[in-house]
Order: sequence, then C-alpha cells, then structure tokens
Amino acid sequence: MIRAFATALLLTVAMPAAAETIAITNATVGIGDGSAPIPNATVVIRDGRVVAAGQGVAVPAGARVIDASGKWVTPGIVAGFSRLGLTDVSGGAEGANDENAEKGPFNAAIDIAPGINPNYQPVKVNRAEGVTRAIVAPRTAHNIFAGQGAVIDTGADMDPITKARAFQFVELGATGAEDAGGSRPSAYILFRNALREAGELTRFAGPISSSGATEPDARLRPMQNPNESRVYSRSADRSQDVLLTRFDAAALVPVLQGRQPLLVHVERASDILNVLDLAREFPRMKFVIVGATEGWMVADRIAKSGIPVIASALNDLPASFEEIAATQSNVGRMRAAGVNVSIGMINDDESHRDFYERQYAGNLVALQKIPGATGVSWGEALAMITSKPAEAIGLGGQIGRLSPGEHADVVIWSGDPLEVTSAPDQVFIDGVQQPLDDHQSRLLERYRYLPRTDLPKAYRP
Amino acid sequence: MIRLAAIAAVTAALLSGCAALESTPAPAPAVRINEDPYPSTYVRYPGVPTVIRHATVFTGDGQQINDGTVVFANGVIQAVGGAALPSPAGALEIDGTGKFVSPGVIDIHSHLGVYPSPGVEANSDGNELTDPIHADVWAEHSVWPQDPGFSRALVNGGVTTLQILPGSGDLMGGRTVVLKNVPGRTVQEMKFPGAPYGLKMACGENPKRVFGSKGKMPQTRMGNMALDRETWVKAVAYKRKWDDYYAHGGKMPDRDLTMDTLKGVLEGKILIQNHCYRADEMANMIDMSKEFGYHITAFHHAVEAYKIADLLRDNNICAVMWADWYGFKMEAYDAIPQNIALVHNAGACAMVHSDDPNGIQRLNQAAAKAMAYGQRAGIPNLSEAVAWEWLSRNPAKALGILDKTGTLTAGKEADVVLWNGDPFSDYSRPERVWIDGAEMYDANDPHKRPVSDFELGQPGEGDVK
Repeated sequence: MIRAFATALLLTVAMPAAAETIAITNATVGIGDGSAPIPNATVVIRDGRVVAAGQGVAVPAGARVIDASGKWVTPGIVAGFSRLGLTDVSGGAEGANDENAEKGPFNAAIDIAPGINPNYQPVKVNRAEGVTRAIVAPRTAHNIFAGQGAVIDTGADMDPITKARAFQFVELGATGAEDAGGSRPSAYILFRNALREAGELTRFAGPISSSGATEPDARLRPMQNPNESRVYSRSADRSQDVLLTRFDAAALVPVLQGRQPLLVHVERASDILNVLDLAREFPRMKFVIVGATEGWMVADRIAKSGIPVIASALNDLPASFEEIAATQSNVGRMRAAGVNVSIGMINDDESHRDFYERQYAGNLVALQKIPGATGVSWGEALAMITSKPAEAIGLGGQIGRLSPGEHADVVIWSGDPLEVTSAPDQVFIDGVQQPLDDHQSRLLERYRYLPRTDLPKAYRP
Repeated sequence: MIRLAAIAAVTAALLSGCAALESTPAPAPAVRINEDPYPSTYVRYPGVPTVIRHATVFTGDGQQINDGTVVFANGVIQAVGGAALPSPAGALEIDGTGKFVSPGVIDIHSHLGVYPSPGVEANSDGNELTDPIHADVWAEHSVWPQDPGFSRALVNGGVTTLQILPGSGDLMGGRTVVLKNVPGRTVQEMKFPGAPYGLKMACGENPKRVFGSKGKMPQTRMGNMALDRETWVKAVAYKRKWDDYYAHGGKMPDRDLTMDTLKGVLEGKILIQNHCYRADEMANMIDMSKEFGYHITAFHHAVEAYKIADLLRDNNICAVMWADWYGFKMEAYDAIPQNIALVHNAGACAMVHSDDPNGIQRLNQAAAKAMAYGQRAGIPNLSEAVAWEWLSRNPAKALGILDKTGTLTAGKEADVVLWNGDPFSDYSRPERVWIDGAEMYDANDPHKRPVSDFELGQPGEGDVK
C-alpha cells in the first residue's frame, strides 16, 4: 500500500500535467514570426494549441490565468540543427551515443528516431533552458549520406518524436570529401550515383501512404509524413552496377521525389554554388543548405534560388579552409540579401548546448551597433531560432510561432530571452507544463551547503 | 683502539676541512641555469594620455563606479574615480556616457597559437603525445603568432592577456606562456614581461585514454597518480643535486629539461595549472602537492569544484571554470551552471575561462551566465561588479600578474576596454581596447583592427569579424 502510494507519487512528479486552457497575461510577447516584441500582451493556449497571442486577446472563461507581468513570452526555441537526444555523454561513455555507426553497413537508410532517448540529460537540460523542439540529424560515418533525421520535442514524456524521417542529411563539403574517400569530386559522383540508384527503384515504389504508421498520440497526427519508402515489391530487380544497399537506395526515393527535404552541409562559397547547381539539375528535390559560413559571398544567388539556409550564427574564424571568409555578419548579410536563413548548431556541441542559440541570436542583434557589421533585428533573431528552422524543413505553420493552431510550445522567461541573464520560469510543450529539474538541479540542491552533517551527502535528497 | 683511531681520523679530516675553508673558499659553481633563455621582447606601443568620463566603471576588484572616470597615460593607469577627477593637460577626452569601462579580459586557458585556425594537422602543435611526462616542452615554442584567433579575442572579447597552455593528453604537458594580446612577428614579441611560467598538468580521462590506448602507462587514474609521483620523486632528487651544486660547487649535475621545469615548480617560480575535472581527483592532486612540497595555483576545467569549494578555499587554490559546458565527456557529467557562483560564495578564488577560440570571444557573457545562475539559486551579493572579478582580477592572480594588471588601479598597466553597453548584456561589444595604454582596437576605425598574415589576400581580408 505504502509502496503503491510511493510509486504513484513518483509518477505524479515525473509526468507532466495534461494540456489545459491557459491564458498568460501582461507579458512582453515575441510571436516568433519576425515581428517586434509586443508589450502588455496575452497568450492563450488550449488543448495543446495556440489560440491567440497579442494585445486585446480575451481571456477565455475557466482558463488558468498566469500573470506574467515583467516577464517575456515566446515560442519555445527550435534547435535548428542538432543532435539532441542521440547522446548523453559524448566521449568515453560507450552506449551513450547513437549519432553515427562507424562499423555499420548502412547510410541513407538510417532512421535516427530509434536512437532518441527522451530521458537523456541533454534533453532535460535543454528543456529547462527553453528549447522545446529540435531538428535532429545523424552524423556521417563512412558515406556522404548520414541518414534520415527527425524532429523531436523535449517534453518530459516517452514520446519524443514529432516527425520521424523528416529529412535526409548529406555532407558535400570537406567532411563529405573525407567521407567520399578524399575529394569533393568523389563526393559529387557518389551523390549522383546514389540518386541514379534511387531513380532505378522509383518505378518499383508502392503507392505513397498518406497516413503512414499509426501514431497512438492524436496530437502528433497532423505532422505525419512518414516518407516510408522501404516497402518494395520483391521483384524490384536492380542492376548489377550498384554501390548502395537496397535499403539505402530506397531511402533516397522520397528525396528524389521531393517528398523529403535534403539537408546539405556545405560551408565554402563555391560548395554552396555547387548545391545551387544540383538544385537546378534536380528541380523536384527540396534542398536545404546547412552551415554556409561563406554564404554572404554568394548571398544574392542563394536568395534567388529560394533554398533555405540553416547557418552557424557566429562563425568568424577561418577554422578550416572552407571557412576562410567567416564573419559574424554572415547571417545578417544573407538575411539582408533575402535569403531565408535560420540558426543551427553545426558541429558546435549540438548534442548538448543547443540552448546557446538564444545567446547567439542576441549576439546577432548586437551586431546592429557595430560599424561595418550587419546584424538582425530582435524579431528576426527570434524567428531564426523558432519559426525559421521549422519552415526550412517543411513544418512552417505548425511549430515555432505563437500563431493560432500551432503547437503550444510556450516559454515564460524571466526577461528578454535573447539575454543570457534571462531564464525560463515556465515551459509548456503541446500545452503541457513541463518539469524543469534535471541532474544538474539535483546536484545543486545536494551541494549547495558543504558543511558536514549527520550523514554523508549521498543521503541528502 | 680502533674507535679512537677513527675519531682521530675524523678530527683530522675536520681540521683539514677547516684549514681548506680558511685558505681557499669553495669555488662558485661554474654554471647557473639560465631560467629565461627565450626572453620577452614585448615593447608597448605608443599611446596618448586618455581620459574616459561619464562611464559605468567596473574596477575589476568588486567595485562599480557610476559616472566614473578612468585616466591613463604612459601605458599606466593614472587614476580611477568619480566625475571630479581632473584630466592631465592635453589628454584625449572620451565621453563614455551610456558605456562601460572594465579592465581587459584575461583568459587563463587558451590554446590560440598552438591549436590555431585553420585547424589543420600541420598547425596542430598543442600536445606532445609521445610520452606522458613532457614538462620539457614549452607552449611558446609551438605558438603561431599569426593565428587569426588572437584578433577575434581582442575585438569581440576585449581580451588583453591570455595564457596559452599545452593540451591535456600528457600528465605533464609542458610549460604555459602568458601573452599580451598584441600581434607580434615572434612569440617573444607577445610574451607578457615578468609573468611567471606555468606547468600544465592533467588528471583524469585524457592521459589514461591517450597512453592506455597505446598500451602504455598510464591506463588508469591510479596509473596517472603513480607516474606523477615517480616523476616528482625524481624532481626532488634533481633539485637537491642542483641545490647542493649551487651551495657547494663540485661537478655540475646533468641538465634535464623536464626536471628543470619541475625544479622551478618546487622552488615556487613556476605555477601549477592543473587540468582536473572531478572533485575526488582534485583532492588527490592536493595531497600529492603536499607530499612533494609544491603548491597548486589553479585547477582548470574544475567542473566539480563546487563539491569541494571549502577544500579549495582552505588550500588557497583557484578554480578555473566554464559557465555551462557539461556532458561532453564522462568526467564532465556532474557539471552544473552554478559552479562558479558556488565556488565564489564559498570564499574560494573563481574565474571563467574559454579553452575555445569561439568562447574566448564571449567570456563576458559566460560571466553573465554564471552570475545569473548564481542569483537565481539565491546566492547573495553577486553583482556585475563582483562578477567581473572572474574576468580579470582572479585570472591575473592565478597567473601571478595581479601586481601588473587585472584591475583598474593606479600604477597598473593600462589594459582597458570601453564597451558600447553593459558587458553583461548580449547586446554589448567592445568599442575600444587599449593594451598598456596603446589603442589596439577601435570599432569605428577599420584600420584599428588586426589582420593576421594568414588572412592577407584572402576573401574577407580586413572585414569586420
């Protein structure tokens, strides 16, 4: 009896409350669509969705009202490119890292969704820091194709996947050259060959399912786009002239058909132009450029292509020979040229520190005051870490903005969220208020006071 | 009888010894080890007498002066105070209204120059991973002065002084070097005059991984300790030989570069800068220092310093920390973002560091985070002025140069940053930076911006970075 009660209590603590109708009032609200913050505004959420946000929004009868005077409210941060949930500890901890498979036989077919563990500390830490969704990419091993990434939420539940197989990820810069055996030209011929092999399989593809795998959770339903291309007729004979396994080739069918975005990591200006060329050659495919440290040099051409860019925010070092022209003004200049640009954590401890995106966004705002530099406005900066990355991978209108009908991922901040001195007071994911405790907060409690007591620290709560 | 004879013999020997002393004193040792064979050739660049008025001033030692005035001339801070401070004749007057003035930021843990940009194998010179004991190597002999990272640290981070360390793959990774962040053709032109050397030591995962994977000792943490202790045993003996030689002459002992460095540590001339994450390992290192008679100046990457802040305080050891890095390796699993504030609150010496060519550009924001985490945890008396101690005063202390820089104090070197807003805000950046009173950066003057040789003729040369 006592034991059962204890279990129930634990569950109560561990599981978030159900979605409810909530009105957050008197807040400074950032919508996440690029607009400036709105003072004295109200945000209403119901049944896990945003109902309304702005000034003069009525508080529904029966809503739980949260007075957010002096606070700021925004959509939760959407980590634009991350490896969140794939790793607990990066180094020296076997079994705690599913970012890639050095010894595995597959590449494009890899679907990272089964690798996501919502109980990993980085998920909790980022949740407590206001990151509510993440675009999660696999890492390449011995092929230019890394596999299929997912969009996840960071909620304190066991259903982290917002959208599995949301995109394919390929390396076509220096890493791609290495993955391809040593040169960019090698990477490009591997790329073309892979698309050829996928093309061969396309005619064997079954009908495209509109519903896909069944999801038990109703709130996930509108996001279904399974890109399920692994089921083929047994008679789908392939030519003998193949490099990819059947699974890998099949996984590229939805990419070829434009049903699944292809995230391409390139940094160098000339590599970016190569991708624009590919986009002209394969007009059905949906390219998204990741990285683009030298993007400012060819910003007008990227803008003309309409290809979205998920960029590193503040790269300003010639850290490699593909980043020689790096400057913190890169994002601002691309934005000014009309590129649809957002921010990601590209090879930047993206399995742990995705919450740095809001600091980075604040730093882009700071550039507005530096002579000769190009920054972005506060509203644009917020959009780059909320709605813009969602749009880049085809989830625009679903996450990233406090707009009617979007997922109610809402953060109440102690102050301006683009300041590192601010922190989340409350975090909601799909309208559900989230616990903000983690390994770190528990350690703080244990070691806040050091003097010896009647029992060792291991007995402290 | 035999006994008497023996006494007689000893007496005779003593007498003859005395006689010898009286007639011909022991010869002075023919050779003394040159302890500064690669001396600094840094010379401060010219400046003009400068007065910054109406700024919010963080002095670096916990004080904030509103509507403050900072006066410097001849490379030296002349006066720091309120609005009433007089100006020297002919001084350049800068209106700091709405702006902030601080000491130059000091990064006590950087690998600029030894792991420079571009990060290619040919320039990767930070870890001599051929033996776990390499106190013989000196980071300054790897520093590439043309690393573009130095300029980014200056213009975006307001970093005026930095310590370059060897990496942490070895138990004893080599000597560190303290640099002025002033571009030089040679590393000697950058060396901070009068700064003591440090010895980089490392606990934990890195040495045991690097050498264990080669089938060599150390393969375990106990192996780390044993090899360190064996080395200190040798160092104590080496020092005794040289002490004896210096005192009494005789045959000069053989030189050993590793032992020279360790002798310097035992003499208190070279400071121990000890990479060490875990609380239990720091405690072991402290006991080892007592076993052999040296002092640990600072634990770097001390992510578990908060667990033993009292021990660090009582042993007068500084903790060098990130604001919020965590989980990137097993020994960083217990990192918490309140670490810096907790260590500070316990009365120990706390500071931020970067260990990173990007992080060094935003150390002020790291301090801002650490302050805010501490404030939210209810730790008292954490103002911005106090938090600035983590950015310049405490690093200067742990580098042995607090008498020269680290605070805005009359008589110290004029390492000064004028920020275009509150440096604890993401929206603020350095506007002007002076090192020894010479203006090395001015955001409003595209010519007051260092461009390394590597960047010449490249896309983006001279661009705002």
